[in-house]
Amino acid sequence: MEDIKYNNEVFEKSELETNSENEENVNKIKINRFLTHKPLKYGKKFYFGEFMAENVIRIIALFSICSILAIFYYVFQEATYAFKSPKVEKVKAETTEPENTGGELKQETYGASSSESESSGELVQETYGSPSKKETDGELVQETYGKTSTKESGGELKQETYGKTTTTSDGGELVQETYGTTKPKENPGPVVEMSSTEGESEQMSNSEENANSEKPIDFVKIMMPNDYVDNKPTYVWQPISEVPKYSFIPLFIGALKVTLIGLLFAAPLAILAAIFTVAFAPKWLKEIIKPAIEILAGFPSVVIGFFCLMTLATLVQSVFDTTFRLNSFVGGLGMAMAVIPIIYTITEDALSAVPNYMRFASLALGASRWQTAWKVLLPAAAPGVFAALILGFGRAFGETMIALMATGNAALVSGNIFESVRTMAATIGAEMAEVEFRSIHYGVLFLIGAVLFAVTFSLNALAEFYVRKKLMKKFQGQ
Amino acid sequence: MAYIILILLIVVIVAVYFFKKKLSLTQNKKINERFFVSLTGLSAVFIIVFIGYLLLHIFLLGKGSLSWEFLTTPPKDGLTGGGIFPAIVGTSLLVMIMSIIGVPIGTITAIYLVEYAKENSIITKSIRFAVNTLAGVPSIVFGLFGLGFFIGVVGKQMDVVEANNRISKMERVFEQQGSPFADDGKATGTEIQQLLEKNDKEYWLKQTEKIKILTEIYGAGNPIPKAGAMKFFKERIQPNWGQPSLIWAALTMALLTLPVVIVSVEEAIKTIPRDLREASLALGATKFMTILRVVLPGALPGILTGTILTIGRGAGEVAPILFTGVAYYLPDLPKAATSQFMHLGYHIYVLATQSTNVDLTKSLQYATTFVLLALTFVLNFTAVMIRSKIRRRVGNNN
Repeated sequence: MEDIKYNNEVFEKSELETNSENEENVNKIKINRFLTHKPLKYGKKFYFGEFMAENVIRIIALFSICSILAIFYYVFQEATYAFKSPKVEKVKAETTEPENTGGELKQETYGASSSESESSGELVQETYGSPSKKETDGELVQETYGKTSTKESGGELKQETYGKTTTTSDGGELVQETYGTTKPKENPGPVVEMSSTEGESEQMSNSEENANSEKPIDFVKIMMPNDYVDNKPTYVWQPISEVPKYSFIPLFIGALKVTLIGLLFAAPLAILAAIFTVAFAPKWLKEIIKPAIEILAGFPSVVIGFFCLMTLATLVQSVFDTTFRLNSFVGGLGMAMAVIPIIYTITEDALSAVPNYMRFASLALGASRWQTAWKVLLPAAAPGVFAALILGFGRAFGETMIALMATGNAALVSGNIFESVRTMAATIGAEMAEVEFRSIHYGVLFLIGAVLFAVTFSLNALAEFYVRKKLMKKFQGQ
Repeated sequence: MAYIILILLIVVIVAVYFFKKKLSLTQNKKINERFFVSLTGLSAVFIIVFIGYLLLHIFLLGKGSLSWEFLTTPPKDGLTGGGIFPAIVGTSLLVMIMSIIGVPIGTITAIYLVEYAKENSIITKSIRFAVNTLAGVPSIVFGLFGLGFFIGVVGKQMDVVEANNRISKMERVFEQQGSPFADDGKATGTEIQQLLEKNDKEYWLKQTEKIKILTEIYGAGNPIPKAGAMKFFKERIQPNWGQPSLIWAALTMALLTLPVVIVSVEEAIKTIPRDLREASLALGATKFMTILRVVLPGALPGILTGTILTIGRGAGEVAPILFTGVAYYLPDLPKAATSQFMHLGYHIYVLATQSTNVDLTKSLQYATTFVLLALTFVLNFTAVMIRSKIRRRVGNNN
């Protein structure tokens, strides 16, 4: 700090020294300066390092803000691939060197089979070879993730292998796992004998031809019935079939069902518990309840989903005697567990923000503690409680792991709460890993993501503005 | 059975309603008071008892498999035995990279927001709003962003650049003096292999398979033309960055936890008394000095809280990494930033839903769940303790 020069002082001294013949002059100068408001020259030295550091801070802050904005942009931008027909140039799908092994080429497709078996409540069995990073000669399994890089290469031959070479138990065989929009039902596991040409083996793969025939979706289609069952128009989500059917309705209804069931259980419990902590509980009990519920907030959603899947589902089935073990009711209970801490914390904050004079006035007028809580505290904190409900709704609506594990994942449209459902977030979680890059299915999944994003974002915005406007006005503005 | 309970409940409510009509006002008040206080108390107690039950249940069922061996060995026998060591390592690696990237950026953004950005300007307000609402956006959306942007755009571009570099380097090597291509433009497979290994050893040593394939296409011992070899390698350059991997998952998680860090650091900075800051400025320190020597040391507990909360959240979240880098099963630990990894939460999901024999692995699942829970608890508990200390400090200042 010593190296800071107080220029101002120096300047003043020198000025004073030249005019220090009599005091009048000095006073005149001082008064003059005061009257003219001559700006003082501050003793701020220019530090280059500081200047740079401050700019680095600015740039990093700008960067992080930009990355936040990029989320807004990219989710919606990728969703547009649902409305474009995929650019398919004459792409030659690379076949993985059949000469090397000379064995059979087995084609396994995941996705369709899993969605089928999931709907019947069974566990999906996906056999993955035990992958190892070491390449052992002869036994070579290559997973081809589709024709993703075709756009950049512009019709050039390019193979998109994800380099996961794995060893399988059936040695010598070459297993090709094709992910994406291949149609498994029509050609179940064809055994293709690859012919080896001289230069390179060229072959149009089936998946490309099928991708050509797939038509992009539009906004009307995803809201309309897209199939007929028993001559009744129905909404079907069936992304992997000969004619892919994308209807948002079953997913939306599923998400709504699970969320509402969750809120139905969580809201009364959490709000009552919050009232208890604020209005009735002695201090020592408060110190137990609050951290305990914070513990529940720290529960990873996988753990809650796991608990629902293993224990709660069995319990619910034995009590209500349901046909589906995993259904929207079980999922809803799981959501309730995830949402209780949110609703509790926000409600508790809002309730304890109510000024004490309101409570004391009510008690002084002879109201009982319950009457005070119900008729004074709760109405005063109503915006906060409302915001808590909205935020809880948003959380449950977008919750992935609980929905994925506990709801059964069958896209059914019905009013029965004991039937399996498939929520929007779970659909993304279940299908995204197996989808072709920038295909229509990919775009549709991003569109679901964009809808989720928009819904939760607007709910959050609503909660924030509503609380800020109403609550603040109530306690400060009046 | 459910209907019987429902009917009984309705009957009780109706009976109570008629019974209460006959009572006086004060009696009613007393009954109401007792009833509702106990109702709210019951709901609070119910939640707590349930949490306790949940913890105890998971611990008791997982106790059987918990052992030192369980924590330090990889899974075996198709995920029906062994331990969870790769999952623990994967989770901690993910969390470490995530906090190394996310915490400094979050802290600096918070400093900018509090110290430099103009309060009440529209931009600052909208940034605050974005940060706050981003905290409520579903985590799966972040996963989508990671897939669409980090892997689909950034990673793919990096791959294109890398492939171009590699190819141009190879071209230079092929055109070198003394290369077997120099005289007639053709070379045999073994010659190509020797050439490449001499020049770009660490990359091409891993690619011996490819050269084998190349020689087999042309027939063993036959000369291979240069253009053919170039084309062959160009097509077969494996994507390194444009695939799900540890680094993209960590970046996605960093973005997910950015609001957590920003909010907790901001909170901590705001608790530093104005007097301290002004005293520093009055002594002639510049703004940056004040931030560095006064504000940051004061905000250190807040930064720590933010970091720990971030880690707790990062260890538990599975949805954003579902398609940005997590793997079912890898016996080896991740070696590079571009390799895939195992994750505790995802391991639970896989064991519970995709396993071939769910009953056999039941205790394994519970034990894994217990480990994950214990990890997040310890982290969250520490964060809560530090935070309560900060709050106490604020209380003393006021």
